[in-house]
Amino acid sequence: MNRLTRMRLKGMIRKEWLQILRDPSSIAIAFLMPVLLLFLFGYGVSLDAKDIPLGFVIDSPDSNTASFRASFDHSDFFRPEDFASIQAAQQALAQRRIDGIVWLRSNFSSLLLSGQEAPIAVRVNAVDANQARITQGYIQGAWLAWLGQYARSQGRQLPLPVSMEQRVWFNAALISRHYLVPGLVAIIMTLTGSLLTAMVVAREWERGTMEALMVTPLNMKEMLVGKLIPYFILGMGGMLFTVALAVWQFDVPFRGSFAALMGASALFMLVALALGLLISIVSRNQFVAGQVAIIITFLPAFILSGFIFDINSMPAPIQVVTHVVPARYLVSILQSLFLAGDVWPVYWANMGGMAILLVVLTAVVRHKAYKRLD
Amino acid sequence: MSQPALILRDVHKCFGEGEHARCALDGVNIEVAPGSVTGLIGPDGAGKTTLMRLCCGLLKLDGGSIQTLGMDVADQPAAVQAAVGYMPQRFGLYEDLSVQENLDLYADLQGVPVQERPARYTRLMEMTKLAPFTSRLAGKLSGGMKQKLGLACALVRPPRLLLLDEPTVGVDPVSRRELWEIVYSQVREAGMNVLLSTAYLDEAERCDQVILLHKGRVLGQASPDRFSQGLKGRTWEVSAQDIRPRRLQADLVKQAGISDAIINGDRVRIITREGFEPDAASLLPGHPGLHVEAVPPRFEDAFIDRLGGAGEGRHATPAIGQVAAGEYPGDPIEVEQLERGFGDFVAVKKVSFSVKRGEIFGLLGANGAGKTTTFRMLCGLLPLSSGRVSVAGHDLRTASAQARSRIGYMAQKFSLYANLTVAQNLEFFSAAYNLRGSHQRGRIQWALQGFELEPYAGTNAGTLPLGYKQRLAFAAALMHEPEILFLDEPTSGVDPLARREFWARTNALAEAGVTVLVTTHFMEEADYCDRLVIMAEGAVLAEGSPHEIRTLARTPENPRPRMEDAFIGLIQSREKAA
Amino acid sequence: MLRHILALAIKEFLALLRDPRSRFVLIGPPIMQLIIFGYAASFDLDHLAVAVYDEDGGSAARALVSRIQGSPHFHVVAHVAREEEVAPLVDNKEVLLVLHMEPRFTAHLAQGGSGSLQVILDGRNSNTALLALNYLRSIVLDFNQSLAARRGSDGPPVTLSMRAWYNEDLDSHWFIIPGIVGLLTLVVTLVVTALSVAREREQGTFDQLLVTPLRPTAILVGKSIPGLVIGVIEASFIIAVAMLWFEIPLRGSVGALYLGLLLFLFSAVGVGLMISAISVTQQQAVLGAFLFLVPAVILSGFATPIANMPEAVQMLTYLDPLRYFLVIVRGVFLEGDSYALLVDQYWPMAIIGAASLAAAGWLFRHRMY
Repeated sequence: MNRLTRMRLKGMIRKEWLQILRDPSSIAIAFLMPVLLLFLFGYGVSLDAKDIPLGFVIDSPDSNTASFRASFDHSDFFRPEDFASIQAAQQALAQRRIDGIVWLRSNFSSLLLSGQEAPIAVRVNAVDANQARITQGYIQGAWLAWLGQYARSQGRQLPLPVSMEQRVWFNAALISRHYLVPGLVAIIMTLTGSLLTAMVVAREWERGTMEALMVTPLNMKEMLVGKLIPYFILGMGGMLFTVALAVWQFDVPFRGSFAALMGASALFMLVALALGLLISIVSRNQFVAGQVAIIITFLPAFILSGFIFDINSMPAPIQVVTHVVPARYLVSILQSLFLAGDVWPVYWANMGGMAILLVVLTAVVRHKAYKRLD
Repeated sequence: MSQPALILRDVHKCFGEGEHARCALDGVNIEVAPGSVTGLIGPDGAGKTTLMRLCCGLLKLDGGSIQTLGMDVADQPAAVQAAVGYMPQRFGLYEDLSVQENLDLYADLQGVPVQERPARYTRLMEMTKLAPFTSRLAGKLSGGMKQKLGLACALVRPPRLLLLDEPTVGVDPVSRRELWEIVYSQVREAGMNVLLSTAYLDEAERCDQVILLHKGRVLGQASPDRFSQGLKGRTWEVSAQDIRPRRLQADLVKQAGISDAIINGDRVRIITREGFEPDAASLLPGHPGLHVEAVPPRFEDAFIDRLGGAGEGRHATPAIGQVAAGEYPGDPIEVEQLERGFGDFVAVKKVSFSVKRGEIFGLLGANGAGKTTTFRMLCGLLPLSSGRVSVAGHDLRTASAQARSRIGYMAQKFSLYANLTVAQNLEFFSAAYNLRGSHQRGRIQWALQGFELEPYAGTNAGTLPLGYKQRLAFAAALMHEPEILFLDEPTSGVDPLARREFWARTNALAEAGVTVLVTTHFMEEADYCDRLVIMAEGAVLAEGSPHEIRTLARTPENPRPRMEDAFIGLIQSREKAA
Repeated sequence: MLRHILALAIKEFLALLRDPRSRFVLIGPPIMQLIIFGYAASFDLDHLAVAVYDEDGGSAARALVSRIQGSPHFHVVAHVAREEEVAPLVDNKEVLLVLHMEPRFTAHLAQGGSGSLQVILDGRNSNTALLALNYLRSIVLDFNQSLAARRGSDGPPVTLSMRAWYNEDLDSHWFIIPGIVGLLTLVVTLVVTALSVAREREQGTFDQLLVTPLRPTAILVGKSIPGLVIGVIEASFIIAVAMLWFEIPLRGSVGALYLGLLLFLFSAVGVGLMISAISVTQQQAVLGAFLFLVPAVILSGFATPIANMPEAVQMLTYLDPLRYFLVIVRGVFLEGDSYALLVDQYWPMAIIGAASLAAAGWLFRHRMY
């Protein structure tokens, strides 16, 4: 790099930096937006069901039904509510006031005492299949606990030949926030990184400054690098800030190494910025650049990154598609770094994916960016 | 440095494909001599900007070759771009950077060594008189200052070839003089070659060489004198005691032997057709008392003549019916003690004037004088800080929609829908102004024919040449036959032919009883107004008829001052007082 | 007034659709995203990778493993022989869980005692882990019951008979795909409206509009129509794809769904125009659209239930039109709802729409720059 190149780069970087400082909206995108989003989602997004409203219909209450009912009272997962008839409960279910019904019919105790099998009918609103499954699991758990307790009160052992003993690694309490927050960091960085740059080149075209820049010794490579560096620094600042919030505000454990975090963030940020640059180079006006950025960044990152929907369970062709979503790699790395530590095979596989994306994007940007107006 | 700075050989450049292809340049051959200032002159859409962009490799050639400073542009675009200085039409300034920061950026990009900068900056600031404003944001500068800064940025490292695309558009006369001084000092000091395009024909006379471009072809290349010489004996000035110049001009231009007539102060300047000798007694039937005097030809005369003259029949003037006046007390436009501040900056200070029915009233001033702010308040687009305005008896900001249907408005910047076609724009605005059915169709037809827009009916408005955009905007403002017309810088950047057309139409409107309020920074256009005010820094400096205002600048040395002299005199005496 | 609105609406459509790039943006990506998201977005787990660390090797252990292998949810990809091999498999995400059978598993069971099955799970995605545990627990329960039956002892005295209403197979696509109707419709509507005023401001055409006799109300309605029309068309298309391609049953009243759709679009258009009217530049408008869109999606209950959110955040979701529309679209599709059950979802959207449109109209004239 000779003296003139250095001087030109320095000039471009200082110019971009001054523009960032003068326009509060860039700072807002880099710092305010991540904080706002992280707070909203960190508190707002959770898959951990608690206080599930559950309707109880007990046709002929007695001590047995009371003890069964009581086992739900003590659980954090349920908020039991009693109904006089199954019709009333079904109506409440249809009106979405309760999520499920547990129905003990009038012959429950007589069947139980006579040693026959006493069935309990359980109805769950399964519109949200995931929550329904979780609710069913909790009901099953409460039922098993009660069975054991009942057997002991009868002086017997519950016939359970195989006992299951679970050891959950990395997130023993299965707190969903611990896996969602690292993913959120990745989603937020996708948005800010691409948004930051998507508008900047389009703006130069629209304001006519591009034409003046072109007729200077500045070459396209210097211009792109000069534009990237300030936004890279800004984006990394936002990133560190978000990670700090995740660790200190949301108490998500961070078990990996700082160097690995920085490496992955830096590579990811380059990919996101390159994507933003590509959008703005191709669009050439802010209207289209804005439309494209809204449509292609957020929803794919939200749905296809593995942030919330498990990629391994998607159909194979869709799994292939997810490889073009940069956030998928960072989500995977961050979930490991936060919860498991430096897992190098996972780390390098995903770094490789991002590196390939970066090379492809850079090649396309280089191809599309030339110093000509037509 | 004896080789030409620029050689164009059979240059072709077309845009679009297939049926829609339009050739901007069609076989252009040019050589620009070294060490000179060459003017590129031509009406809008002649291909001036395309030619400039081709010369610095911003567009791909469709045919022919260009040698810039001895380098082939197609082969070495980067080297050419590194060697030339270029100032695009929309100056490449960063409005959110300060003057100094803009200079620093271009110094870095041009690789000016740090130790040489202080001296260079001092020199540039001295030439541009921007030294007191180095820390001001470029966006907060007036139009003239922006252009001077743009020029300074292009000159940070003196290039061997400087390309300036319409550098003086929208710039007031004082700044224009300064810009020209800078350009010439560079040519003298550094032996720079300059190619500039301009729509101001008086500027063409300051060039060493002029290239006349029309419809993508070169009509001629010579010194401005050579151009005007051909018109010797065909240029005259006519004056009359009993007729107002505007009327006289409108009548004269219709005469068979006259190819062009424009107002020049109190007189009318005419170009006669070859072999026609104007005779004071018989020139205008019914007006024997005319005074006719031969004057030396100017470049503008040659330009108009080459392009066929502005005489009768060349352009259709749409038929304009007498406009019915609305019922309201007072004058159509009344402004009293109008003030407007933005933060602690006062943009308009205690402005008062009123405009009578059927009058053309001018608001003159440099960019940033407060003309547009006043205008926006009159049209109800901006709330007043204090004072009172009344348009057709209403404050348009609070008036009913019906009151707004009495006015027509043409904004400074082209502000119709760029990605709608001409016809779609006219359809939309006619509907917005409550026209319907056969009347609507009739008015659209009137606009398309009267403004010669028919060939462009299906073209996107955004891709029209500037002059046609202006026509379209004018047509859209007239669809509903308004009784009051607001025109904000209608002729900015428009070529002389289009400006003649525009004033002919505006005159006809005023004759039909339309009240016209127009802002302009073209001083010579002030003579088309019945009355005018001159504004500077938000305040009114002078008010009166063009004759009264010009008289203010009369001195023994300058017995017939032009409006520009009066304007510059007013500004200078104000600066002295301050 | 009507003619004004018609002229404005035609102008808006032309401005939007004459640019081929912007035409493509409105049609191409939403359709692609519908198909991809329709397949991708699911909480159902398939073929989870499982490793078996069988220290027992007896018949009972093999029977249990083959039962697990037989379930569509699990897929045994590795057999582990030593304890040390377990950690790398889980760490590197090669398997989600490891089944560990203790050395005397079969012997214990044969003696009528109990054998212990240890499950080691990767908890990085806690939802996946939780669901996998639920699946596994059901399998072990079945296994126990058949074992007990073979031993001739009684089953548990009380049994659960589970029934899932509205979505009998617990297929989470049935939950997500109707949600995508709301999601994509919101995105498209915002893209159409959020930049419309800001662009006119930047290009100066908005001033030209304001000096015509057009009333702000007419401008407002004219600007709303393209959002509504494009929204209805795209939503109808997505609904059709959901029914015909993804075979989601539409059980309720179509009228109730479209009433909800119209009100939803009304509120989305209102918010979009309000963002646009506040913004002076297009950059600000894009930023504003993002700042509304992202929280609106995440807090809508699209993927994570609103009931799980803290009280304060739940209050915030009442401002989110998508929240109401998702209830409607899922209610009509799966629960067969009709007007009466959805009234409480209709009126909040109407209020959001009316308030935001009123704000936008006011800003047209009062936001000066």
